[in-house]
Amino acid sequence: MIQIEKISKKFGKLSVLNSVDLFLNKGECIALIGPNGCGKTTLIKIILGMVIPDTGNILVNNESIFKAELYKKQIGYMPQIGRYPQNMTIGQIIKMIKGIRNSDAELDYDLYKAYDLDSLLDKKMSTLSGGTMQKVSAVLAFMFNPAILILDEPTAGLDPIAAEKLKQKIIAEKQKGKLIIITSHLLSELDDMVSELIFMQEGDIIFHQSVSALKTYTQTEKISKAILQILKAGKNGKNI
Amino acid sequence: MKWILITLLLLTSKYALIAKSLHVGSNHSFKTIKAALEKTESGDTVYIHKGLYKEGNIIINKSITLFGIDRPILDGDKKYEVLSVKSSYVTIRGLRVQHSGYASLDDPGGIKVYDATRVTIIDNELYDNFFGIYIQFSTHCLIKNNKIIAFGKEEQTIGNGIHCWKSDSLQIIGNSMKGCRDGIYFEFVNNSVIWRNTVTDNIRYGLHFMNSNNDAYFTNIFSRNGAGVAVMFSKKITMMNNTFNENWGDAAYGILLKEISDCHLSGNTFNKNTAAIFMDGCNRTIVEKNAFSNNGWGLKIQANCMDNTIQSNNFLKNTFDVSTNGTLLLNKFQYNYWDKYTGYDLNKDKIGDVPYRPLSLYSVIVENNPTAMLLYRSLIVTLLDQSEKKIPSLTPENFIDEKPLMNLLKL
Amino acid sequence: MGRIFKYVMLDIMKNRFVMVYTFILVLIGWSAFTLEDSSAKGILTLLNLILLTVPLVSILFSAIYIYNSAEFIELLISHPIKRKKIWLSLFWGLNSSLVTAFIIGAGIPLLIFAEPPLSFLMIGIGILITTIFVSLAMLCTIVYKDKAKGIGLTIVLWIYFALLFDGILLFLLFQFADYPIEQPMVLMTALSPLDLSRILILLQLDTSAIMGYTGAIFKDFFGTTIGMVVSLGLLILWGVLPFAYSLSKFKKKDL
Repeated sequence: MIQIEKISKKFGKLSVLNSVDLFLNKGECIALIGPNGCGKTTLIKIILGMVIPDTGNILVNNESIFKAELYKKQIGYMPQIGRYPQNMTIGQIIKMIKGIRNSDAELDYDLYKAYDLDSLLDKKMSTLSGGTMQKVSAVLAFMFNPAILILDEPTAGLDPIAAEKLKQKIIAEKQKGKLIIITSHLLSELDDMVSELIFMQEGDIIFHQSVSALKTYTQTEKISKAILQILKAGKNGKNI
Repeated sequence: MKWILITLLLLTSKYALIAKSLHVGSNHSFKTIKAALEKTESGDTVYIHKGLYKEGNIIINKSITLFGIDRPILDGDKKYEVLSVKSSYVTIRGLRVQHSGYASLDDPGGIKVYDATRVTIIDNELYDNFFGIYIQFSTHCLIKNNKIIAFGKEEQTIGNGIHCWKSDSLQIIGNSMKGCRDGIYFEFVNNSVIWRNTVTDNIRYGLHFMNSNNDAYFTNIFSRNGAGVAVMFSKKITMMNNTFNENWGDAAYGILLKEISDCHLSGNTFNKNTAAIFMDGCNRTIVEKNAFSNNGWGLKIQANCMDNTIQSNNFLKNTFDVSTNGTLLLNKFQYNYWDKYTGYDLNKDKIGDVPYRPLSLYSVIVENNPTAMLLYRSLIVTLLDQSEKKIPSLTPENFIDEKPLMNLLKL
Repeated sequence: MGRIFKYVMLDIMKNRFVMVYTFILVLIGWSAFTLEDSSAKGILTLLNLILLTVPLVSILFSAIYIYNSAEFIELLISHPIKRKKIWLSLFWGLNSSLVTAFIIGAGIPLLIFAEPPLSFLMIGIGILITTIFVSLAMLCTIVYKDKAKGIGLTIVLWIYFALLFDGILLFLLFQFADYPIEQPMVLMTALSPLDLSRILILLQLDTSAIMGYTGAIFKDFFGTTIGMVVSLGLLILWGVLPFAYSLSKFKKKDL
């Protein structure tokens, strides 16, 4: 579904992505993990067209994203920190995005209802807490029923109940056969949702494995432990 | 004594008996003016009745009166000088003189006076002539209440409204001139007075003095001329209570004073002239009690002017109140009211305690470097002027009104 | 573009600053004509407004608005909208709201109190100057990603056009006073939209005689129809080029 070919990006002299190749399929829920500054967010921003890569190409449904913007209709994006025009209310933002997307697909109000946004529609963005802002971001990401969901640290800042509701939603969407990409530091959260793991470090993909294969290989039950083992093994010079 | 009186009475009554009246007109004894003139003797009056008279050049060589009734028209057919006065004591009244010959070497005029004295030209209309009224080598003439209209397009193809040459003791009163080269032109004319004329829309100057001395002009109105008045190479001209309006154009002045001395300007009003007064080579001239408002330049005083006094004038809303092209000023400014003055008067004598420098830095820059006009009303110009006012450095040190007035003078 | 333009407009209209700007323009515009005893003075007040206040507010407000809209732009880009559309919408949104403020504040009093050819010229030039400085502001925000630096640059640009450029002209005038510099000087003014505007307006005022007095060239060039058309064309270029450049850069910008 998303094919990433030899993507490189430098910010000034700092190389953020070194010729990254990835192939992401329908129905997968992929966790994109790695230490701070490993290039995850940049990679996501490149997929979203917010950052332009120096070289390489990305195909979404076999079409290059650098030619047209329409591929973004298939993407729902939930940013790490939602940033919205401060003067607008939640209602206006939602209305505006609806207007911009102008989507024919049936709108998905599950999260909207779950988070009870109806009662908050008149609140200005400038008065919202970080958690509420994240709720708005989540609602907007799922609302247009996109085939691809990109969630950047989705649960950060959400209260446990809201986070749980989001997780359920992610699992539900995954079962509908959507491609879901999640970046997260909280490895423990990922256990129930994720089917694939991509580990990045300093702009390189260290590994790209399915969770089940990983768990069998390391003989652990938790993703976090599996990763720790691999990292230790990596330091000892063993290859995967 | 008694006998002498009686003799005198008899003598005058004899004259009165001799003086005839001749009537010209289609229903009168004389059909043409020329025919009537042949029958006149000095002292006669020729009455010209309503009608159009095309008789070429009419020469008057006897002391007679030409009197128009219901404004008869004398037409020069654009070929001839219409009336040539070659005798003294002639009166011309109530005529309309039109279409004189144009632009030939002998300067044809509507009415031309040659070598005469005490000629009176009164209440005539001069329409579309080359020169309107032309006076040469004449004295004690009175030119009064005439209306002169011409349609000049450029200086070379039109003469002056009232042109006076080598004459003396003329009175030019209450006339109006429009569309001529110069409204009134004086060359080698002395001891004459110009009073209550209205001079508008002339191509070159409203009033032009060349080499004329001891003349005066009062209470005239000069509007929309190339320049209001030009006084050149003359002495002792008095200029009082005149109004100069809208002499506004690329090189227009209210008054242009060039190489003159001992003149006196007083009580004049200058409004909306490009430069109200331009002084070039003026000496010992007094400029006082004049009002300068809404002019581009109030007073342009060149560095070759000496010993002039500029006092008790009002300067109001002019773009530049004064300007000069030199670094030295040998003239005196005092007791003027400047609307741009921002000083104070602590001792309440109505004279500002701080001397005023009317010369702005920008006006000096423009004078030396006209292209700088490109920056007119630019912020930098305002800032430069302000700083120069605080710390004078480039403007002449002695260009200063030591006693600026706090209040507008009532003129 | 319509939809995004609409949201940008809505957002700017709600901005208190634009309200204040409109109010100040109204205040100055009307008092200039009603308090001064002659309309000529009112026109000069408005001339200064057009040459100093309008460009400063336009460039400063636009730059601040663009910097503050970084989130909005990011949000939009993650949705299926062309970057060109976003940038154009911002430009037209800023431009039309500032132009509206100018027309309400200065345009209406000009139409009421000034004579038609002059009033139209001044309104037209006011609109062009607003556009030019919005366009320059957008260039500044592209040049510097850092808000403080970018806003600094806008202020420097304003000082340059309002003051320094004329200072340079004056300096050159003195340096080359002995040469025939009128023509090069007229060409130089093409490098400053504010100088072009100032001369165009001044030549329509009574003061044109004073300008002509010192050298026919200004009138011969700026006073003619061709000169006028060329000058207005240059002003439009000043409005288009910085924006066009910023647009081409924005298309490749990393957010």
